Amino acid sequence: MTHRHERTLRVGSLARVEGEGAMHIRLDKGGRVEQARLEIYEPPRFFEAFLRGRAHTEAPDITARVCGICPVAYQISACRAMEDACGVTVDGQLAELRRLLYCGEWIESHALHVHLLHAPDFLGYASGIEMARDHRADVERGLEIKKVGNALMALVGGRAIHPVNVRLGGFHRVPTRRELTRFAPELRRALDLALRTVIWVAGFDFPDVEARHRLVAVDAGDRYPIDGGTRIGTDAGYGFWTSHFEDYVFERQVPHSTALYAELADGSTYLTGPLARYSLHSATLSEQAATAARAAGLGAECRNPFRSIVVRAVETVYALEEALRIIEAYEPPDRAWVAVPPRAGRGTGVSEAPRGLLYHRYDLAADGTVHQARIVPPTSQNQAAIEAELCALVEAHRDLDDAALTELCEQAIRNFDPCISCSAHFLDLHLERS
Amino acid sequence: MGKMASGRKRLAVFKFASCDGCQLTLLDCEDELLALAGTVEIAHFTEATRTSLPGPYDLALVEGSITTAEDAERIRRVRADSRFLVVLGACATAGGIQALRDFGDVREFTEAVYARPEYISTLERSTPIADHVPVDFELRGCPIDRGQLLEVVTAYLAGRKPRIPDRSVCFECKARGTVCVTVADGTPCLGPVTHAGCGAICPAFRRGCYGCFGPVRDPNTAAQIRLLRTQGESPEQIARVFRTFNAASPAFRAAARSLEEEEEGGHDASS
Repeated sequence: MTHRHERTLRVGSLARVEGEGAMHIRLDKGGRVEQARLEIYEPPRFFEAFLRGRAHTEAPDITARVCGICPVAYQISACRAMEDACGVTVDGQLAELRRLLYCGEWIESHALHVHLLHAPDFLGYASGIEMARDHRADVERGLEIKKVGNALMALVGGRAIHPVNVRLGGFHRVPTRRELTRFAPELRRALDLALRTVIWVAGFDFPDVEARHRLVAVDAGDRYPIDGGTRIGTDAGYGFWTSHFEDYVFERQVPHSTALYAELADGSTYLTGPLARYSLHSATLSEQAATAARAAGLGAECRNPFRSIVVRAVETVYALEEALRIIEAYEPPDRAWVAVPPRAGRGTGVSEAPRGLLYHRYDLAADGTVHQARIVPPTSQNQAAIEAELCALVEAHRDLDDAALTELCEQAIRNFDPCISCSAHFLDLHLERS
Repeated sequence: MGKMASGRKRLAVFKFASCDGCQLTLLDCEDELLALAGTVEIAHFTEATRTSLPGPYDLALVEGSITTAEDAERIRRVRADSRFLVVLGACATAGGIQALRDFGDVREFTEAVYARPEYISTLERSTPIADHVPVDFELRGCPIDRGQLLEVVTAYLAGRKPRIPDRSVCFECKARGTVCVTVADGTPCLGPVTHAGCGAICPAFRRGCYGCFGPVRDPNTAAQIRLLRTQGESPEQIARVFRTFNAASPAFRAAARSLEEEEEGGHDASS
């Protein structure tokens, strides 16, 4: 099919993503992409503004409300940043419990995205619910895994959305050993289901695409990164301290968009999230997760965004194994939290939300009052790379008709599991909605 | 009205300014989701499906608060299209945490967060849905409770009134056998003035209630403030706790304001 006119591909309201976004792509008469935008029209909520004047102890509960899909990521990044500002390190079993809670969020979020939001693209359905008519067992399996993730968050955090048990220094109450070990059979059952999901998604058809962006993920040493660390690594061979994040990551305004683009100091776009974590740290996966990854055809790295569904399935296996390992080794700590007395200064914290790296920075007064807050969520870091991927995809498939090409682009956006509710509060908005 | 040839009732889910958590609660009904989808037609639910069908709808579930002129128009269209309109969560029932803008200067807020504030179009206040259109039921919580959501959806689809008790969190502590954290540990707790529905989770984790379900009907906030002060909480701390997730609800707004006025007047009521 030839197009002698300019073409516009538009989706006014992206479905099966978190939050409100639109897609707008314009091609010139030669079929070259003039503009590819992932537009954010989610109304602003001003978290960074109203955090000022609040107590340092309030940040975990307040920032959780940025996102109902990844509240634990917000709570843990906030805790790490505040503890860093106050010179406190949380380690031992309290750190393990944080990781356990975070595993719950990964299990829940990944199971939701893999089975209900992303898989329908590969099998040709409008929704997971519609897909259940023909693939009921697969959808039910996804819901079962998701339910175990939610139950784990409720067990450690009190509830699945906006958990109540997280506080600076640790928890309000730590679980008994019996409360956790009683839950292990549920996790083992979900692990079997998750291994089946890896095989299921590995059988999907994937376009042959390679994303050529830098990859950035938390470097947690010999552990797969989840609940954060003090180092951030890249695939360019260098890393940096979390406290230097703003020296290495810049936000730039570009003429064709109202959004701010995160990029590295050398001007390159980058990706954070499952592809980055897996490609940088697949060597640290647990045994069953590593075996499942190999059986699913993944090598040591994966740069195909369409295969991110396989990586998410593998990470779900990992999170379940990791939760079982933590529970097995759990000894209740003597105290549920360590004190985090305030002091004047700056603190930074990162952790790996299911969809990528989440950075918090706070400047505190001596009494703990927040002077300034800065939050850089994963989707705003990925946005420039997502738009570049849309450009490449449209140019490679320009012979498709508008409907087919638009659908492929929507799928390409969902490859990154964008969380627009998060990013909206930190990006400039494009409010034209026509 | 609003039924397809199949005779199934039509359900729609809409989002305004919010975190997505309340509509996620519907997807968190893992045991009931497929059965529900078999009973009703999900006509609009952007987080879950590409399918988007025009109204009329038998039941619309609305999450989020109104913060833009465009959204103030959109909620009127949703109301016109919907037989029953049920609003979910602290944003939709009280303006949510983004209502903290009410206590600052929204232009200054915009400049603090955004590099190019001229692109931002937003209203000065974040308001609940009921400030704009008539609402059939307000389900509380930040986030809402899954069991309560199922009860409300089931009730409206069956044409009966939902059974959602209008009482304080204290009742739920008693019901689950939690020892009172205020009495036993001296922990500050908003349970006496906060609407039930969460199942009294915080006290079960030895934490005081922080009011995320908003005020119970006719709360005695003056007595609550006196109690918190005897526990050593400063007026600023108490004002902040009322001014968080349901800051713009009339009872919590007045409670925080009374403490502020006292500060401004230079009086100390406890002396």
